[in-house]
Amino acid sequence: MTYFPEEVVEHIFSFLPSHSDRNTVSLVCKVWFPKLRVLTVKGKPHFADFNLVPPDWGGYAAPWIEAAARGCVGLEELRMKRMVVSDEGLELLARSFPRFKALVLISCEGFSTEGLADIASHCKFLRELDLQENDVEDRGPRWLSCFPDSCTSLVSLNFACIKGEVDSASLERLVAKSPNLRSLRLNRAVSVDTLSKILMHTPNLEDLGTGNLTDEFQTESYLRLTNALEKCKMLKSLSGFWDASPVCVPFIYPLCHQLTGLNLSYTPTLDYSDLTRMISRCVKLQRLWVLDCISDKGLQVVASSCKDLQELRVFPSDFYVAGYSAVTEEGLVAISSGCPKLSSLLYFCHQMTNDALITIAKNCPNFIRFRLCILEPRKPDAMTNQPLDEGFGAIVRECKGLRRLSISGLLTDKVFMYIGKYAKHLEMLSIAFAGDSDDGMMHVLNGCKNLRKLEIRDSPFGDGALLGNVAKYETMRSLWMSSCNVTLKGCEILASKMPMLNVEIMNELDGSSEMEENPGDFSKVEKLYVYRTTAGARGDAPNFVKIL
Amino acid sequence: MADVASYAADDVDNLKATELRLGLPGTEEEKTTAALLPTPPSTPRGKKRDVISGAAEEEAAKTAPPAAKAQVVGWPPVRSYRKSCFQQQASSKSKPPPAPEESAAAGAAGALFVKVSMDGAPYLRKVDLKMYKGYRELREALEAMFLSCFVSSGAGAGANADAPAVNPSDFAVTYEDKDGDLMLVGDVPFDMFISTCKRLRIMKGSEARGLGSLKNN
Repeated sequence: MTYFPEEVVEHIFSFLPSHSDRNTVSLVCKVWFPKLRVLTVKGKPHFADFNLVPPDWGGYAAPWIEAAARGCVGLEELRMKRMVVSDEGLELLARSFPRFKALVLISCEGFSTEGLADIASHCKFLRELDLQENDVEDRGPRWLSCFPDSCTSLVSLNFACIKGEVDSASLERLVAKSPNLRSLRLNRAVSVDTLSKILMHTPNLEDLGTGNLTDEFQTESYLRLTNALEKCKMLKSLSGFWDASPVCVPFIYPLCHQLTGLNLSYTPTLDYSDLTRMISRCVKLQRLWVLDCISDKGLQVVASSCKDLQELRVFPSDFYVAGYSAVTEEGLVAISSGCPKLSSLLYFCHQMTNDALITIAKNCPNFIRFRLCILEPRKPDAMTNQPLDEGFGAIVRECKGLRRLSISGLLTDKVFMYIGKYAKHLEMLSIAFAGDSDDGMMHVLNGCKNLRKLEIRDSPFGDGALLGNVAKYETMRSLWMSSCNVTLKGCEILASKMPMLNVEIMNELDGSSEMEENPGDFSKVEKLYVYRTTAGARGDAPNFVKIL
Repeated sequence: MADVASYAADDVDNLKATELRLGLPGTEEEKTTAALLPTPPSTPRGKKRDVISGAAEEEAAKTAPPAAKAQVVGWPPVRSYRKSCFQQQASSKSKPPPAPEESAAAGAAGALFVKVSMDGAPYLRKVDLKMYKGYRELREALEAMFLSCFVSSGAGAGANADAPAVNPSDFAVTYEDKDGDLMLVGDVPFDMFISTCKRLRIMKGSEARGLGSLKNN
């Protein structure tokens, strides 16, 4: 559209009603690209989080940074998720954008603390350095000392995922000269004493991730910590803790009444009683992330104490498939009846029942995100041994605003019939070990008008479902299918019918070329990833990825 | 960790005689094993991997040997970052085991000593739960440890071991779990019990009768 005058382009875009549509359009509009200030890029498919995408699949940040360095030097913010970022990329980023203010990296990999040193050294106006759950190679603590004395603009600093030591003196100096600091998340290596000293300089702090709160120190250290925490009148959100000793719990009490967010999900050292002592005092809590050692009884305490709860995540402490979990459907039922504002849930448990889900749906019709993970695949209703179709059916029927859903347990095609019929606002659906036949997937493709992302693993959907509504994929962001029944032939047909889609299939890691030996064979495709493209096939695919 | 298969053996059958079930009605421990995992995606190339429907899968799994703590790739859906954090925490916490014995259940890092009290006994003992492969061995060890101290000293040398001064069926073995609750030993798989047991208590007399006895559980 470069041949239209700008006024015409803007007039056309003014017909786009939503911000998100206008934002999306602006990214492919060559006229607007040079003026880009904020760029958000997501790389690998979501299931890459669970090791289902082989390494070296792609998602490289370098081409994006290079293109931005050439074309939009006014870039101020870069947010990337599930990308492979290199130190060279970070250095280019640091040197190319004089007004750069914010770098947010989530679940990325490929860089080290040396790349961070470049960011610290060269981004004079850096406001935000937010590193969430990245895999960062530790090359020493030097990076933290690289912030020049002139850099006083930091508002948000999160380095919780950095594995190595940090230099306490540098950290204290940095915090002392950052009067606007609102969010600070430290890594495990930061001691209690350093934390206490830092907190003396952050009266406006709203969000804190502590260092390790172990019991290797004296009561005086704890007392200093409590005093320092009490100075943070604006502090609303707390995380970190790591291997916290139960002894530290009472020293947090003074903060509890003002907390709206609490993340104890990386702290296996606190048990049910420690957790409930703390949480029962957090009467304003809106967001809680915990481990399942809180148990059903602990969740009952949450339900009776935290009436404003909107988001709950209960993570497993045992990662084995048939592992032990102290939470069941009872904990969730209690939460639903005590916390009617609950709208976002991630819940790992070892059993569930239809009755419980039906009750939960009635108690909490405001769910926007509902992700339930029963640890054992295909586990039926714990009371009746029936599939959990009716339970999830109730969820989609009652929660009319549901946008994200993950289902688990024993499920037949019927649950998909319910999803297709009722989940009209559903944007993202995650399916594992579920369904009986192609009908299941067809219900979803035909019924969920707003579906953007569909990811399926280990379910009996085949070519019939894959090809049953091919036009649908052009309205979606992506489709992932692994360990299903789709064949190479089916994928080839899809690719030939839909040239605007990239149909990627992934061979076994050992570079097997069995599929090339028998082209058109009905050999099953292990992993399939389908997404829209305006640029054709990508050029950086490794040899185990075949783009049809 | 004890193999899942081992708990499904005669220990559970004996325990069932106690009739005191703490699981939810309708749940059977066998089902947990049976309705378990599909086989992980097979690596041989080109092999048609039949994805069996739910019901048929259970049948197949029942006849197949149960997979103890089997792992399915990417399941449960937990981010690698989270898993690696926990591994980091575990490795930084592990200390050399106090009694460096090579137990038969190899690979266990460190011992798991818990206190054992017995009603009426003058002092407590400690046992290393990792030393026992299952409930029967633990019971035998407890009996050896405690019942002998009640044998009347008047029995003298060559006392008839068949007539102990106390009757094992007057005792029930209980434990305090992570939540602080008093639980009857034997309801859950042994390795699950080990991970949640904080201390053991051998109860006797009227409190114990009806809960199930040392002899039977």
